[in-house]
Amino acid sequence: MAFWIEALVALFLLLGSLFALVGAIGLYRLPDFFMRLHGPTKASTLGVGGMVIASMIYFSFSGKGISLHELLIALFLFITAPVSAHMLAKAAMQQKLHINKETRGKPWEQ
Amino acid sequence: MKARRWIPHPLLSLCLLLVWLLLMNDLSLGHFLLGALLGWAIPLLTQVFWINPPKVDKPFKLCLFLLRILGDIVMANLQVAKLILGPTAKLRPAFVEIPLLLEDELALTMLTSIISLTPGTVSADLSDDHKTLLVHGLDVPDAEALVAEIKQRYEAPLLEVFTCSTT
Repeated sequence: MAFWIEALVALFLLLGSLFALVGAIGLYRLPDFFMRLHGPTKASTLGVGGMVIASMIYFSFSGKGISLHELLIALFLFITAPVSAHMLAKAAMQQKLHINKETRGKPWEQ
Repeated sequence: MKARRWIPHPLLSLCLLLVWLLLMNDLSLGHFLLGALLGWAIPLLTQVFWINPPKVDKPFKLCLFLLRILGDIVMANLQVAKLILGPTAKLRPAFVEIPLLLEDELALTMLTSIISLTPGTVSADLSDDHKTLLVHGLDVPDAEALVAEIKQRYEAPLLEVFTCSTT
């Protein structure tokens, strides 16, 4: 495998893991539940995205023809991640979890 | 009319074929035919369960829109990463209510998912009458501007793409 392909794969892997790390840091640092929800729903999508791209490049150049089925991982992640975030937010609202006092606006009750 | 009866959901068929080819990771003729068969048979066999099928008016426009969303997701990640790594005390979180015009269920699902995936917003709840969406923003300097941006950037194209079939 050519050097530049390996470099490209390494670059995407690093980028992906960097964003996954940022998501985890967000989960740890942010003050209340609703704000913590932002870290994993977003940073992790690009984290997985970067790794998926790296995998696609690696297996496409490893001699068995192009490999695209990693795209399905990204597709299903994009479909499921918002749903789980939505469910978590709904559950948090029902449990009336502590909300950071800086927050403007209120979750409604119904 | 006749084509409509035998291929009730052409777009769904196309998606199924594409997913099948990706799953098999193989672009040979055999898998293409098998995927085409599945893409044709599954919508036909399940069509009685589709009570209110979404009508996609402009599939091409939908593709363009989805591509733009992909770009937005990358930008959202960079923005959120910056917010997370910056000082957390400076953040201005807020719950914002967004009045909705969309009625189609698939379109609504797409809008809420898109909101969850893009810059600093997570959709928290949809009101029972499907008229208002509650959104939590990580850093909202101006709630009105956020509502206007979401409506103009994401809801308007969806309204164009889906003709709302209300029954």
